[in-house]
Amino acid sequence: MSANQDGTNLLEVRGLTKIFGTLTACDHIDLDIARGEIHALLGENGAGKSTLVKMLFGSLEPNAGEIFWNGQAVRISSPGVAKKLGIGMVFQHFSLFEALTAAENIALSLDDGSPISSIAAKARALSFSYGLPLDPESLVGDLSVGERQRIEIIRCLLQTPQLIILDEPTSVLTPQEADKLFETLERLRSEGKSILYISHRLEEVKRICDRATVLRHGKVVGHCNPREETASSLARMMVGNEVQAVVRAPVEGIATALPLLEIRNLSRKPATPFSIPLKGINLNVRAGEVIGIAGVAGNGQGEFFESVSGEVLQQDAVSVRIRGRDAGGLTITGRRLLGAAFVPEERLGHGAAPRMKLSENLLLSRHATDGKAFVGSGGMVKSAAIQAASQRIIEAMDVRKSAPDPEAAALSGGNLQKFIVGRELDRRPSVMVVNQPTWGVDAGAAAHIRQALIELSRSGSAVLVISQDLDELFEISDAIAVMHNGELSKPMPIAEATFEKVGLLMGGAEPGHAEHTLETA
Amino acid sequence: MMRLELVKRPQRSMLFSALSPFIAFALTIIAGAVMFALLGVNPLTAFNIYFIEPISQVWQLHELAIKAAPLILIAVGLSVCYKANIWNIGAEGQFILGGIVGSMVPVLFPQFEGPLVLPLMLLLGMVGGAAYAAIPALLKTRFGTNEILTSLMLVYVAQLFLDWLVRGPWRDPQGHGFPQTIQFNDSAVLPELMPDAGRANWGFVFALVAAVLVWILMGRMLKGFEVRVLGSSPRAGRFAGFGLNRMVFFAFLLSGALAGLAGISEVSGAIGQLQPVISPGYGFTAIIVAFLGRLNPLGIVAAGLVLALTYLGGEAVQSALGISDKVARVFQGMLLFFVLGCDTLIHYRIRVIGLALTKPEGVAKLEAAPKLKEAR
Repeated sequence: MSANQDGTNLLEVRGLTKIFGTLTACDHIDLDIARGEIHALLGENGAGKSTLVKMLFGSLEPNAGEIFWNGQAVRISSPGVAKKLGIGMVFQHFSLFEALTAAENIALSLDDGSPISSIAAKARALSFSYGLPLDPESLVGDLSVGERQRIEIIRCLLQTPQLIILDEPTSVLTPQEADKLFETLERLRSEGKSILYISHRLEEVKRICDRATVLRHGKVVGHCNPREETASSLARMMVGNEVQAVVRAPVEGIATALPLLEIRNLSRKPATPFSIPLKGINLNVRAGEVIGIAGVAGNGQGEFFESVSGEVLQQDAVSVRIRGRDAGGLTITGRRLLGAAFVPEERLGHGAAPRMKLSENLLLSRHATDGKAFVGSGGMVKSAAIQAASQRIIEAMDVRKSAPDPEAAALSGGNLQKFIVGRELDRRPSVMVVNQPTWGVDAGAAAHIRQALIELSRSGSAVLVISQDLDELFEISDAIAVMHNGELSKPMPIAEATFEKVGLLMGGAEPGHAEHTLETA
Repeated sequence: MMRLELVKRPQRSMLFSALSPFIAFALTIIAGAVMFALLGVNPLTAFNIYFIEPISQVWQLHELAIKAAPLILIAVGLSVCYKANIWNIGAEGQFILGGIVGSMVPVLFPQFEGPLVLPLMLLLGMVGGAAYAAIPALLKTRFGTNEILTSLMLVYVAQLFLDWLVRGPWRDPQGHGFPQTIQFNDSAVLPELMPDAGRANWGFVFALVAAVLVWILMGRMLKGFEVRVLGSSPRAGRFAGFGLNRMVFFAFLLSGALAGLAGISEVSGAIGQLQPVISPGYGFTAIIVAFLGRLNPLGIVAAGLVLALTYLGGEAVQSALGISDKVARVFQGMLLFFVLGCDTLIHYRIRVIGLALTKPEGVAKLEAAPKLKEAR
């Protein structure tokens, strides 16, 4: 336990436990946070990090265990209590009203009746002193994700907290925006404030954190100094065993290969006031290659996926072509019949029906393409055939499950994703479009899925992967394009691509004159 | 200090899914006993008259079948709607329109007789019910109106339309001014199944056949799968390539047709002519039947018989004890109330919380547990 001025830590947690049904999300967690340190909370998705901080912030009530604040036992029964103690939190998913200004949003959370103008002045002063430029009068709906995060941070700082909890703050930022955030955090530390920093990105934890607590399956598996660890030793603590590296064989003669998926001048008007319009997107994905689309969340990736999959139809039939045929006017079923397969971002409720069995979820995307095999005369479902096929997929993708044919919702995120990807791979599609293939998936399953996508492309299919995870895209892509504000950059061959180049494009820079257009934050 | 807390179950409980109707029935009996006691009647006597005596003889079982047939037919159709998350509350109106349109043949063409009359009437009844159900479907798909409101309001339109018909253009000229149509000719009357034993007619057979067919549709066929996917996760349904608008029409037309069939069967079988009122609220009671039967067509057959009994029991206590037959409505309402209440137990369990924080048992089976919403 690190010492400090009066011998106690700012926050001590002993035996904190939270149980949801049969899942022990947090199992006797011990955690100490000293004054003036940046403390990392590391863990895979589903390790219990978010549950733990929700208990610290009073949004969840623990089943057992104690929390000490400045040495005093406290019961944090609501976020209001947490704020009074001096705990502030910046959530991963922002809670801002898009139709209000930044200052109005801040005023709502302060709840002390001070006039908007004085709040705006305070916010402006604070934002400049911490290097987080922000115009308090601007509408949240017009701001970028990075700017919205600044509102959340400033809102938190206005309450002068002793402990600031940041939940995966960089997951929505470009590398450059993340650098700015780190400067702010270091500044806060130098003022003696403590920061609990939640992440599964090891490099940034090594860079800014003083100590780390690692969670796995709801238990603390170790405390360490991240600066003395390597990324792979931290990963081992998080995941529990060595993760197999993905192998990507180089492709030859790709320039002459046939484009199987062609996007030609694809545009789409925003469907809702806050969705992103697509502007003149052009892209060819050839047989044998994996193209990655990078981009900060909410820059039109979802709208793009819907347009390519046929969940939303295009006015112009030529704007999406699959295997040389115009598909813009075809429904998702029509596009599947041309040989395309799709994996959406959201697993439960989009890629799979949560309360349906895996075999039924197999039918979900393949009732038309495998109509003869799975559906008999008169529309009767051949349940033996879909059972057999789903067992085949379960074996091929190593899907771990507790029952022979469980409901989709009963599987862990990673296992369900393996099934959903496997369901499409099993068809040997000639065009595969995947949105966030390994979102929330543990490292072992993620490697499996990535390898499978590469192998599909090498067997002659065109694979398009949309992802927010740059490491993933660099691992599997032959070329990377960047989506920003509804526009898609030209794909950069992987040999030329660097994190920095891609990061600048993610921030909205024009390729070629990146330095000038980078926002002067 | 002690309090009760609802704790979400990780999976839906199969046990309580099956038990819920029975618990609800038991609670209804208890609440009913309290009600009878407050009315100054010995609850045991009342229950004997209400639930036992009406089904103690063969001819009474026929009466039960007559009451159950429309309930089952309508509820089976509604179960498809509700599974698709489409809320057709207007089966009563579709029932009435089925009765009216099917009756066009014997009322407007009384001279037309022969074996073709009845099939034509039944077909027209289904068309009438389906067409009437198409109105809320069209309003929902074209203008985004709430089908609960439109389908419900159309019930009153149908009731008043029937009332106008039998008092006006379709009134029997030889009927001494009574608001009713002519008696249907013999070939327009739905035959009784076993005329020697009781009055039950082919309507009950239609109900059983419909239940089995819909059971196959929902459990074995791609169309049923489409209904279930769109009902439980519409976005996954869109991803599957299923169209929500088509489903709205499918569900409304199917349930409307079955309600229409029930309507014309009732008019042609049990009544034999059109009257200002041809249904004691079958279309609404069928909603209870559908939920009591767990939206499962075979469960609905059983639930239909139970609810039919509440009608017979209501008539029985009225004649034997002088209690209003509205008591039937009370029992039906309580049954639905308790079923919906007990359904909470399918997704939640009740936990008693004392003062001390107790350490819960049951350590995680991480593989089996569902992914938590927060876990990203």
